[in-house]
Amino acid sequence: MSEQKKIRVATCSLAGCFGCHMSFLDIDERLLQLLEHIEFDRTPLTDIKHCGPCDVGIIEGGVCNSENVHVLKEFRKNCKVLVAIGACAVNGGIPAVRNNIDLWECFQEVYHYGIGLKNGQIPNDPELPLPFDQVHPIYEVVKVDYFLPGCPPPADAIWKFLTDLLAGKTPKLEYETLHYD
Amino acid sequence: MPDNNTILLAVQTAAARHGNDPANLVQILREVQDALGHIPEEAVDDIARFLDIPRVRVAGVRGFYHFFHDRPHGRYEILFSDNIIEHLQGKPELLQQMCTRLWVEPERMSEDGLVRVGSTSCIGMSDQGPAALVNGVPVTRLNMERVETMVELVQKGVPLSQWPADFFQVEDNLRRADVLLGEPLERGAGVRAAVEKGSDGILAEIDRSGLRGRGGAGFKTAVKWDFCRKAVDTGEECSIVGPKVCDNTAATVRYVVCNADEGEPGTFKDRVLLNSHADLVFEGMTVAARVIGARQGFLYLRGEYRYLFDKLNGILAQRRRDGLLGENILGSGFSFDIVIHLGAGAYICGEESALIESLEGKRGTPRNRPPFPVTHGYLGKPTVVNNVETYALAAKIAAKGGEWFAAIGTAQSTGTKLLSISGDCERPGVYEYPFGVTVRQVLADCGAQDARAVQVGGPSGTIIGEGEFDRRLAFEDLATGGSFMVFNRERDIFEAARNFSSFFAHESCGFCTPCRVGSTLLKKGMDKIASGHGTCADVEELKRIGQLTRAMSHCGLGQTAANPVLQTLDKFWGDYEKRLISKEFEPSFDLDKALAVARRITGRDDAWAHVSAD
Ligand SMILES: Cc1cc2nc3c(=O)[nH]c(=O)nc-3n(C[C@H](O)[C@H](O)[C@H](O)COP(=O)(O)O)c2cc1C
Ligand code: SF4
Repeated sequence: MSEQKKIRVATCSLAGCFGCHMSFLDIDERLLQLLEHIEFDRTPLTDIKHCGPCDVGIIEGGVCNSENVHVLKEFRKNCKVLVAIGACAVNGGIPAVRNNIDLWECFQEVYHYGIGLKNGQIPNDPELPLPFDQVHPIYEVVKVDYFLPGCPPPADAIWKFLTDLLAGKTPKLEYETLHYD
Repeated sequence: MPDNNTILLAVQTAAARHGNDPANLVQILREVQDALGHIPEEAVDDIARFLDIPRVRVAGVRGFYHFFHDRPHGRYEILFSDNIIEHLQGKPELLQQMCTRLWVEPERMSEDGLVRVGSTSCIGMSDQGPAALVNGVPVTRLNMERVETMVELVQKGVPLSQWPADFFQVEDNLRRADVLLGEPLERGAGVRAAVEKGSDGILAEIDRSGLRGRGGAGFKTAVKWDFCRKAVDTGEECSIVGPKVCDNTAATVRYVVCNADEGEPGTFKDRVLLNSHADLVFEGMTVAARVIGARQGFLYLRGEYRYLFDKLNGILAQRRRDGLLGENILGSGFSFDIVIHLGAGAYICGEESALIESLEGKRGTPRNRPPFPVTHGYLGKPTVVNNVETYALAAKIAAKGGEWFAAIGTAQSTGTKLLSISGDCERPGVYEYPFGVTVRQVLADCGAQDARAVQVGGPSGTIIGEGEFDRRLAFEDLATGGSFMVFNRERDIFEAARNFSSFFAHESCGFCTPCRVGSTLLKKGMDKIASGHGTCADVEELKRIGQLTRAMSHCGLGQTAANPVLQTLDKFWGDYEKRLISKEFEPSFDLDKALAVARRITGRDDAWAHVSAD
């Protein structure tokens, strides 16, 4: 196995809370086992700023601003397989709760009316990502190959998913790892 | 805004009229809204107190029905019927014109609270559309001229009672009558027969007639009545309706319910039956009551047909005076009475168990079945639910026997069927045909020379193309609840399927995820293709979601919601293909446009304030 070229994996969090990444780390010592077969490209664990050619891209979080789109497209361009992980990437999740609120009202609440704010101004620095009027699941912006639901998906589901994928199988999760009631 | 005393008085009056009974919550809410214009929070508090039920139940029911409002919605509320036929006849342009002239945005009340213009699901007038509900009353045959006059009347604040009477004219448009509508039955003949022949005698005639339900599913009426007749109220499973009905001691109470929800787009034959043959319908209900042993019946009338409410109540009163209804009918000792409940704009309330929930004053959410209404219906008691037309036919069969009826139609579909024909034909209206008639024959009779497709049985039914016009209308082949919408060669079938998809997304009751989410995803997928951004991948996704929605949904609505998309993909692929772009993937919204609001707020227009689709 060690002779084989390692599978290159990139991950990132868009409009998410890094909870899915935390759940990923919850595979604990199995991470070492995993690292025998994979290597990381861009992830919060490395300091790589841009995603290069990869085998698997894992996206946490939905799309809420222009920067998310650029990152997402870079992943799509470079990754053979793209995976949406967690409720926010799959459906928009918690950030999408703002979809029922007018963006102008959101801005006002944050920059004008927030407690302790006085003469608040709405920032317009070009370096800041510009928010969309609504938060979108990632499949509405790029083609997605796999969806791994959960908020977050449990470590065992992530482990099963990745090991299936590494074994060259279509990932299959038991009902027990997918239902939450 | 009404003050607290006015609200209290309105609630008190409505609640008292309905015996402070939570089972009448839908009716109470309607009357409160009539009095106040909408149902404010204070009214919800008061109703909860008077009926002694949780506040959330009142608010939940208010939120469920499209015609209930929690805030003012204009002194004039004008809702254009969104049926595809009326759509093709110019509804979008008429609506736009009205909005432009009144200076309002669609679906939003004008600043001065004068008017709101919007859309609503088919109001059962597609034979004389485009039509709209104005404060709940249908205005038919709309054109630019009528819209112009309506704008003036609204601006001048003329009350509806002073609008030109011909605006509200609803024609029967009865074009072809057969045994049901062509041969009048002497008033009371059905009830008299029921009293004379008794339960067994009538049931035997209904059985002999082979009568099957006319609401769409075609269940044998005799079997249904017999099940109900034999059902004994054991008090079991009463958890579904609460402890109040667990009554093992009393003799079994049974109910007769007439389903006049007629929500399937393109259907309006029940409207004609109720307008011109209501006696026959009530007669049939009374016959059913005699067979199953019921004392109480309900006519569940869709909110859109509210304009018939007073007239129907008048007919009920007359029947009571004539000894055909009420205590001791025709001196036989048999007693039965009928109450009319009004719906409030919810297609799902046509599904029989949702209808019963609504009758019980709840949100119209379909129940788990089994148990079926015949054993656990209204308030958990055995209940027969039938379509309007089924009762009208049952009255005839009771009076004339079952034999002659069985001789009409086909082996498994006896008798005649009322069709509601609309769309691209010279003579839209109601047609009565013996079962087994071919689509081609019907098209010839209604003057549809140029037909390309017919939607049989409404959006939840079947669409057929020219190659299938020799198929027959009967349960053996093309089953139908009566909707028959004709599209000519110039029509775009994709647009029809898209209209139907948004109908289902709008009407999904939201109870189960496959339908609530699936119907919306189908609508979004169709909208994406319509906007010129659809790819083959989107079509594949539509198929996948369609199958899932069909297989996993809780009730008939979800199980049929994907029919229009799946069937038209199969039969009218060309109408899709010409819209698709040859790309592997295309975002489902305009990325750059979705940043426009933020650009405006921040005043930015730099390169980073834009994104391109590629
Ligand atoms: C979503 C949905 C809507 C329905 N709408 C109606 C309706 O408007 N009128 C009707 O008679 N039956 C309707 N039905 C069928 C009823 O559930 C029921 O089968 C029918 O009222 C039984 O009467 P029948 O045996 O006389 O046909 C609907 C069913 C579903 C699933
Ligand atoms: S299928 Fe649709 S309409 Fe039926 S219960 Fe589910 S959500 Fe409600």
